[in-house]
Amino acid sequence: MQVPSHVEYEKAKSVEHALELLTRFGPEARVLAGGHSLIPMMKLRLAQPETLIDINGISGLSRITVADGELRIGALVRHGQLLASAVAAGHFPVLRDAEQVIADPIVRNWGTIGGSLCQADPSEDLSAAFGALRAIAVIQGRDGSRRVPVREFHLGPYETVVAPAELLTELRVPIAGDGSGSAYEKVSRRVGDWSIAAAGAVLTLSSDGTVTEAGIGLAAVGAGHFVSTAAEDFLRGQPATDAVFGQAGQVAAEHCQPAADQRGPVDYKRHLTGELTTRALRRAAIRVRARAGGQTV
Amino acid sequence: MTVNGTEYTRDVEPRMLLIHFIRDELELTGSHWGCDTSNCGACVLWLDGTPLKSCTALAAMANGRDIRTVEGLERGGELDPVQQGFIACHGLQCGFCTPGMLMTARWLIDHHPHPTEAEIREAISGQICRCTGYENIVRSVRWAAEHPSGAAS
Ligand SMILES: Cc1cc2nc3c(=O)[nH]c(=O)nc-3n(C[C@H](O)[C@H](O)[C@H](O)COP(=O)(O)OP(=O)(O)OC[C@H]3O[C@@H](n4cnc5c(N)ncnc54)[C@H](O)[C@@H]3O)c2cc1C
Ligand code: FES
Ligand code: FES
Repeated sequence: MQVPSHVEYEKAKSVEHALELLTRFGPEARVLAGGHSLIPMMKLRLAQPETLIDINGISGLSRITVADGELRIGALVRHGQLLASAVAAGHFPVLRDAEQVIADPIVRNWGTIGGSLCQADPSEDLSAAFGALRAIAVIQGRDGSRRVPVREFHLGPYETVVAPAELLTELRVPIAGDGSGSAYEKVSRRVGDWSIAAAGAVLTLSSDGTVTEAGIGLAAVGAGHFVSTAAEDFLRGQPATDAVFGQAGQVAAEHCQPAADQRGPVDYKRHLTGELTTRALRRAAIRVRARAGGQTV
Repeated sequence: MTVNGTEYTRDVEPRMLLIHFIRDELELTGSHWGCDTSNCGACVLWLDGTPLKSCTALAAMANGRDIRTVEGLERGGELDPVQQGFIACHGLQCGFCTPGMLMTARWLIDHHPHPTEAEIREAISGQICRCTGYENIVRSVRWAAEHPSGAAS
C-alpha cells in the first residue's frame, strides 16, 4: 500500500491567498493542483512536501478566453476542458491533437494544464505543444506578475523558473494569421501511456507556399526546452513540400538526445522523432491549405 | 462531504487518500482499490459529478463536496440501467473492475445518451478489465443506452 508521508494541508481561496500561504509555509510547501503527478510522487516518497497548498478552489484560473490577440488558458484548466474547447482547437489544432493522446479520459478530468507545465516531466506532451506554439507563461508572485516564454520556462527535468512563492496562473498563445496550421503526433506503447516519442509542428506559410515561420516541439527525446531550433532554422525560407518535411525530420532526429529506457533504445526513439516530426509537418501544412479553402481538417 | 446523498463528517489526516476514506472510514467497499497508481480505474467514483480515480486524490480535497459511488447508482431498490445492462449482457466475470466501469458508463450515457462503440471504448480506455476482453462491457453499456429506463423500457 502506498500512502504519502505526513503532510499539512491548506486550501487557498484566491491567488493572493495562495501566494500568502506559500510565503508563510516556505520552500517546503507545494502547490496541489490536479494532484495527478504530485500525489503519485508523494506515494513513492519522491516528493515529501511539508505542506500542500490546494489551489483547486480558486475560481478564475479555469477559463479559456481570447483577449488582445492571444488565446489565454488558465493554469487550472483541466486536460479534458482544453480537449473539448472549440476555441482552442480552432486556433491551434495542435492542442487538441496533443490532449487526445494525454493519459485517459478519467485522468484528463482532473490533471491541469498548469500542473503539466510545472511538473516539467521530460515526457510531458503539453510542454512540447506549447513550446512549438511559442506560448508565454504568466507567473504571479506577491510583488506582481511576469511573463516568461515557455521556451525559457523549464530549467531541466522536474525544474522550472517558477519560484517557491510563485504561482503559474496562465498560458498565453499569440493568435497566428490565416497562413498558419499545426499538428501533434505521438507514439506510445499503449493507449493512455506516456510517449516513446512525440512531435508537434506549427507552420506559417506565405501565399506561394514558403515556410515563413516554424515551431517544432518534441517530447520524451531529450530536446532542449522541448523544441528543435535546428529543424526550425532549417525550415525557414524553404518550400512547404513533403521532401523538405522529410529532411526537417532528419534534422530534428539528429539534434535530439533520447535516452534508452523501458520504452525503447536510442536509435528507435531517434527514428521515431524524425518520422513524427515529418508527419506533424505534413498534417500542419494540410491544415494551412484547408483553412485557406475554408475547411477544417 | 456528501456521499450518495448522505452527509458525513470525519476528522482525517491530510495524507489519507480518498479511496481509503471511502472504503475504510465510511465502509463503502463498492469502490475497489487496485493498482494504486491511477492506471486501472477500479477506484473510479464521481467527485462533483465528474469521474475521478480516487487512489490519486486526497480525502481532504473532497471536503465539502459531493461524491457518488457505485452504491449510489440504484434508486429506490431498483438497479440503474447500467447495472441491469451488465447483468443482461454478462459485462462482468470476477467483478473487480465493474464498479469503476459502471460509474464511467453512467457518466458517459448522461452526457452522450447514444454513444458509438468507439466512444464507449474511449470512455473506458483508462480502465482495465482482466476477464471480459471488454466486448461484453461495450455491449452492456450499449444495452443501458438503449434502455434508458432499464428493463421496463
Ligand atoms: C496515468 C497517468 C497517465 C499520464 N499520461 C500522460 C501523458 O501521456 N502525457 C502527458 O503529458 N502527461 C501525462 N500524465 C501527466 C499529466 O498530464 C500531468 O502531469 C498531470 O495532470 C499534472 O497536472 P496536475 O494538475 O495533476 O498537477 P499536480 O500533480 O497537482 O502538480 C504537479 C506539480 O506542479 C506544481 N504545480 C501545479 N500547478 C501549479 C501552479 N499553477 N503553479 C505552480 N506550481 C504548480 C505542483 O506543486 C507539483 O510540483 C499522466 C498522468 C497520469 C496519472
Ligand atoms: S486503484 Fe486507482 S486507478 Fe487503479
Ligand atoms: S470482470 Fe474481472 S476484471 Fe473485469
